Amino acid sequence: MLSDYNFIGVFVVVAVIFPFVALGLAWLLRPKKPNPVKTDTYECGLQTIGDAWVQFRAQYYVYALVFVVFDIEAVFLFPWAVAYDKVGLWALAEAVLFLGILMVGLIYAWRKDALRWQ
Amino acid sequence: MDFILNLWVELGAWAQGVLAGWGLPEWAVNLVSDIVGVLILLIIGVMAVLIFTPMERKVIARMQDRPGPNRVWPYGLLQALADAIKMLTKEDVTPRNADRALHMLAPLIVAIPALLVYAVLPWGPNVIGKDLNVGILFIVAIGAIHVLSVIIAGWGSNNKFALLGAFRVVNQLLAYEIPMILCILAVVIFAGTMSTQGIVEAQTVPYFVVMPVAGLIFLVCALAEANRSPVDLIEADSEVVAGYMVEYSGMKFAMFFIAEYVNMFAVSIVISTLFLGGYKFFGLEDLAPVLTPFIVFAKAVFVVFCMLWFRATFPRLRFDHLIGFAWKFLVPLSLVNLLLGALIVKLTDSVWGQAGLMLAANIILVGITILILSRVARDLRDAPALKTIAAVER
Repeated sequence: MLSDYNFIGVFVVVAVIFPFVALGLAWLLRPKKPNPVKTDTYECGLQTIGDAWVQFRAQYYVYALVFVVFDIEAVFLFPWAVAYDKVGLWALAEAVLFLGILMVGLIYAWRKDALRWQ
Repeated sequence: MDFILNLWVELGAWAQGVLAGWGLPEWAVNLVSDIVGVLILLIIGVMAVLIFTPMERKVIARMQDRPGPNRVWPYGLLQALADAIKMLTKEDVTPRNADRALHMLAPLIVAIPALLVYAVLPWGPNVIGKDLNVGILFIVAIGAIHVLSVIIAGWGSNNKFALLGAFRVVNQLLAYEIPMILCILAVVIFAGTMSTQGIVEAQTVPYFVVMPVAGLIFLVCALAEANRSPVDLIEADSEVVAGYMVEYSGMKFAMFFIAEYVNMFAVSIVISTLFLGGYKFFGLEDLAPVLTPFIVFAKAVFVVFCMLWFRATFPRLRFDHLIGFAWKFLVPLSLVNLLLGALIVKLTDSVWGQAGLMLAANIILVGITILILSRVARDLRDAPALKTIAAVER
């Protein structure tokens, strides 16, 4: 079983080398003539005012929180789905309970307007 | 004759035999055959760019009643090659305000997850990079790295458009990942395995016929995950110029471009594996196993064509609508679909019984969904104007 991952390991190594080769080839071939106008930050011809590294809206964070809950749920549900045939009827009951709690969570977030972009 | 029929498997066995014949130890044989396999998959992945760029431009052009690229011989089909040469020789500009390390890092890692997915995509019985027992979970997990590279690109560019595009990633890709995973779970329950090849083998009836709801939700989510129009808000030209790619030029831009097309092809193969029966085609795979990679390719091209068709048909969504659609429509619907699937698998053991019941349940589910939606729409129509706006905003 674990030897299956030899292949994945080789694949990771080759896939990591690939962009280095591509960018290295371009580095050999391309011209390099920078000037101040060229290396300006692009903003449709206007001068940029200030950094882009600013505080951003907390709303994104709320979405990320809801996402994390569901993503962890998915991690628990994958083994459940694979073993579903082997465990008895209580697997169904348990899943209904589990997904029910999640549903309530989603409805709560919905009611609290966390899912509304404002 | 058997040799021709099982050409792909036999070729692999023959190559391994030749290597062992040279007196190499077993681990070296395995290593060399692994490397050759990886290179073949890598070439297939990168070839997708050369095939699908001209295809996209030609198909979209036809749908918009214009000829499309037609200068590069023949019929503009080598356009992608010309583009590649141009990208290679184009100057690379790094904005002086950017974070140089992050700006460099993003194009380096963006193509890696897109390529890694090919390791577990089945091309035929035993014609597969590696049939991991957690294949589909591997695809989901590796696919999530893509988000990281986009955020790094947006943040590292120190450009307001790029940053806005990167923030949208957090919302869009994460929101659409949930219904996608739930649809995959419904498939896994029916197949009883996470291995991609096992899922194909389990499909006596393609799962798109068994659970059309899951199939359609997955298609929408796949569009969002691959940043295809109409849900390409991350790089919407009319809103954030090109999103996280604004400050990239030359080969660095090409890396994002390659990743997008490699991703699109991979997603199409995943759809055909999960829902369209993979390498199965009405018994043709038993008659001539040598054809299986071409069956998979044909199905994937069909899915890609549908994606291009959507691009030519639908206008871009508004951002809050996009997020609301995922959280308030797709997530509950796919949850209900998953529960229905779980219930039906316990109800009966026969494959055909399960398929028929699930199809019936799906049709009823669609009916109920349309009923609820029409209720909501009617309420909105009858409500006073101000209230309508408030309700739509919700």
